[in-house]
Amino acid sequence: MSFLEFVEGPLWYVAAAVFLIGALWKVVGILRLGRKADLSIPRASATAGAVRSQFLHFVPHGGFPFRTIYHLTAGYMFHIGLFLVLLFGAPHVIFAQNNIYALPWVTMPYWGFVVAAQVAFAGLILLWVRRISDPVMIKISDKDDHIGSWLTFLVMLSGCMALQESVVALRATHMLLVDMWLIYFPFSRLMHAVTFMFSRGYTGAFFGRRGIVP
Amino acid sequence: MNVSAAIETMVSNIDASAASYLDACVHCGQCAEACHFYENTGDVRFAPVYKLDLMRRVYKRHKDPLAGLKKLVGLVPKELTQTDLDEWSELIYDSCTLCGRCTIVCPMGIDIAGLVRKTREGMVAAGVVPEGLTGAAERALETGSPLGIKPETFRKIVAEQAEETGIAIELDKPGVDYMVILSAMEILNFYEVIGALAKIFKKAGVTWTMSTKAYEATNVGIQMGDKAVAKTLVSRVVEAAEELGVKYVVSPECGHAYSALNWEGPNLVGRSYKFQVIHILELLEQLRVEGRIPTKGKDSRRLTFHDPCQIVRRGGIVEEPRNILGQIADNFVEMSPNKEANICCGGGGGVSSNSNAEKLRLLAFGSKKRQLDEVKPDAMVTACGNCRNVMEEAIDTYEMTMPVLSITELLAEYIED
Repeated sequence: MSFLEFVEGPLWYVAAAVFLIGALWKVVGILRLGRKADLSIPRASATAGAVRSQFLHFVPHGGFPFRTIYHLTAGYMFHIGLFLVLLFGAPHVIFAQNNIYALPWVTMPYWGFVVAAQVAFAGLILLWVRRISDPVMIKISDKDDHIGSWLTFLVMLSGCMALQESVVALRATHMLLVDMWLIYFPFSRLMHAVTFMFSRGYTGAFFGRRGIVP
Repeated sequence: MNVSAAIETMVSNIDASAASYLDACVHCGQCAEACHFYENTGDVRFAPVYKLDLMRRVYKRHKDPLAGLKKLVGLVPKELTQTDLDEWSELIYDSCTLCGRCTIVCPMGIDIAGLVRKTREGMVAAGVVPEGLTGAAERALETGSPLGIKPETFRKIVAEQAEETGIAIELDKPGVDYMVILSAMEILNFYEVIGALAKIFKKAGVTWTMSTKAYEATNVGIQMGDKAVAKTLVSRVVEAAEELGVKYVVSPECGHAYSALNWEGPNLVGRSYKFQVIHILELLEQLRVEGRIPTKGKDSRRLTFHDPCQIVRRGGIVEEPRNILGQIADNFVEMSPNKEANICCGGGGGVSSNSNAEKLRLLAFGSKKRQLDEVKPDAMVTACGNCRNVMEEAIDTYEMTMPVLSITELLAEYIED
């Protein structure tokens, strides 16, 4: 078994299992903690508040977009670029069709991949520069923040280097880093990709009963 | 100091919502942009996310569903120490008014103020609470008021207001519709609100009373994070109201009192009440809409409205004060931002009772001052006695000249004779 076969075979399946089981374990574990029933008389619907909160927090409201424009712009550049590359990049779609599902899927043209990847890179680098330069960010950042940023950066970098698919070692490196990223995910702040929905939802439901969603 | 008790309390406070919050936070630091303590001092420790660090550590070490595996490889944070609790006391009590403005900027929608409250409960368990708050709690439990206002003093103040307005105010009257409670600040400093209520209620034909057993709405237990104290103080009001058989208890112009009685109270006493809680703004708006409080003339001054955080952003009463002012103010102007994005007075959440925080509180008012400087009102109206007191003091300190008015008192001035 070659190294590429190992990282795309056994290690990939282990990493995917850790990712899925770990994330599921975490979500179920959090939800099982439960919340005490609220005995106060609601003014409005908690469910409506929870739904509203999901959309409300995509952009800071109350005049804040102008104060947080750097983070807002960089954050959306990174996330939109990453999701485009991940979901519509031809190599990813082919890999998924071979290893996960066999559904027809739209792919981006090569130039689209490159543009989306560059936008994601720019966003991630901007976020990281802020993390190491802004006094608040320096104070609050810990190892997990830096490991998550660097691991994601290296996954993206190795992916771009392997885009030509001409050097096997580059593809193997990319897959190794992807496997590491998947294993790291449930143990880290990368889990925000899942838990953000619960966080927004709980706040929306809590205050939705009061007739407002902050 | 009982560090173990603090940890146990914080662990028990981590429910599904707290765990979601602590897991979803990506340390983006945007919440700092919303905090008036950070904005006016530049002290990075005042970034709201940093204030949550004790809860984060407790969660990651004890409650994270994967904490067991992470412990095996040494990937959990260190246990809290006495030094941590001492250091965070300033962050948890002195530099946070529980205003909740940080939530609106958080991409994860985290209720940071709610987590600070949960941390305060840990501090209470450890015995790390500022003296100003413990003293207020002792007075509230002993005398019924955090400012030590005894029933005989309360009776005297009410009698003076009845004499001044020429309207009889009957205390402890059973069978009426409404029982009014007041904040300590109103009883001591802004007692004219009692006369104003008498005038409005007489015009509207509202039957009401106040109880000499429970006249105090202020709940220092909620502010300091002591559930036992909070429960005792809420229970007094509930017992008095149910004994008198009123249909409604009117929560006064006080931010956290409304939250304490209406939103948290039933959960503290473990049951629904036999009466309904109505905030004074809701009641005044209801009477206004029903046409029961006709007014005459309008205030021509340039007026603005300060939104008390616990009533508006965290209480859901947003348009009522604006509708009331619409009836009596000719030149109303909004500050920016307003409503759910309003800027705190700087003294909520027990900060005004905490002498350690005096300097910080006045610095934090800088954000509100900038709002006022932009709008340049002749007077500022609000619906919280504590906000009013805090802002009056800050306005004096900053050598500004601007009266801070109670919306109830202002409305009463324009009620038709």
